Amino acid sequence: MNEILQGLLQAGRLIVTLDSDLIEISLRSLRVTLSAVVIASAIGLPLGCWLAVRRFRWRRFVIATLNALMGLPPVVVGLIVYLFLSRSGPFGVFGLLFTPTAMIIAQVIILTPLIASIAHQAIRELWAEYHDLLISLNTTRFQRIATLLWDGRRALLTAALAGFGRGIGEVGAIMIVGGNIDNATRVLTTAIALETGKGNFALALALGFILIGLAVLVNLGVHSLSRTEVSDRW
Amino acid sequence: MMLRTLLVALLSLAATGALADQMKLAVTTSFHNSGLAEVLLPEIRKDLGLEVQLLVVGTGQAIRLGASGDVDAILVHSRKAEEDFIAAGNGTHRTEIMYNDFVLIGPAADPAGIASASSAADALGRIAAAQAPFVSRGDDSGTHKKEKSLWDAAGVGADARDVAWYKEVGAGMGAALNTASGLNTYILSDRASWLNFGNKGDLALLYAGDPVLFNQYAYLPVNPAKHPHVKSDLAARLETWLTSDRAKALIDGYKLNGETLFTFNAAP
Repeated sequence: MNEILQGLLQAGRLIVTLDSDLIEISLRSLRVTLSAVVIASAIGLPLGCWLAVRRFRWRRFVIATLNALMGLPPVVVGLIVYLFLSRSGPFGVFGLLFTPTAMIIAQVIILTPLIASIAHQAIRELWAEYHDLLISLNTTRFQRIATLLWDGRRALLTAALAGFGRGIGEVGAIMIVGGNIDNATRVLTTAIALETGKGNFALALALGFILIGLAVLVNLGVHSLSRTEVSDRW
Repeated sequence: MMLRTLLVALLSLAATGALADQMKLAVTTSFHNSGLAEVLLPEIRKDLGLEVQLLVVGTGQAIRLGASGDVDAILVHSRKAEEDFIAAGNGTHRTEIMYNDFVLIGPAADPAGIASASSAADALGRIAAAQAPFVSRGDDSGTHKKEKSLWDAAGVGADARDVAWYKEVGAGMGAALNTASGLNTYILSDRASWLNFGNKGDLALLYAGDPVLFNQYAYLPVNPAKHPHVKSDLAARLETWLTSDRAKALIDGYKLNGETLFTFNAAP
């Protein structure tokens, strides 16, 4: 119990004193995960929508696969990305291993199926509602997808935030491809793993509390910016 | 909003480009846990204008990183593996820098009575005879390799190390020490990691001093003939610095809780 109390106190101290290392790794955490969420959303949202609108032979199979990939083990993704980006791997010439870019690539792979699946679920219901209208207006497929994406934006926001939640707390993949290098690829989760390894439980816990706080702040910020959950709107 | 976020993300990504010279050095967890890196790296930066990025891994992985050209040099402590690394053409040469020592940690009550052992092998023999719980790194690191060679010297083969008391955790030094602390078992650790460790619990340093426990660190630059992209000029500058009198003063002068951790022994 004592350790938890100390962790809380230390978290408070780190925040109040605006510890420069803490700010740096927190910003790096945000940068990596937000970049990954933006890229994964750019791929996953239209993909989910397209799967809801389009009928083709292997659709059921593709959707089932996508749902299964939501549970993609980060440590395996990390290992595969590592082997691809390693100097002796196929993309070694780019020298991307152990850079924030490598961490973003790994997280995009982890987040895209999750975001696409949730987007597909949401859009499917909306499509059932809009189907007759959009067909009778003789819209093109592109127009249908654009309409559904726009009118379903709040549900899609949830998909993106779910992706953010998975990405910001993820440690397995970014530890492998980032290497937890001080001042270069150390983020909150890998710092927590490092401090736990040193037996500095209070500091590790303090970083953990800050990570949770950061996730809450980002979610609140996105909601207030997009004006969801306010009194006279749905 | 989405577009703006994307732009900001891309810009900040572009802004990470390096200004100072940078090189990547794979080091062992035991070296990093000692805290010596925090003393040496700022001085290297000041003297050479060189930013050394540390990848903290076990010796096994450090050697793999060097072999595939993902780092510019490695600093490890497992002589046999280092010589294989050179023989396979992955490194140009091996330069001894410094040494520290391994210590045997265990429950303060010392149920196997290793504190009075005559040698490290004798101490491990007593642990095996008493079937006292022992945590092994189990990760192919330098510490793990040393531990296995000590078991062999004690005449306790792999088959005799029963899982009932011999637990391989497959983790770094810190994580293994956490496990040993939680289960209150014996463990082989380097002195630096032990002194810096914050969760000692009921554990105590029980045996040290056998010369076979000395732990030689060596610096091996990755072979540019095999991996043309490695920054061998930077690796050479770092090597000159590591073998200089300046490094000697810093390494020999580094103390933790009043104890000297490393002894500099590089040939100038």
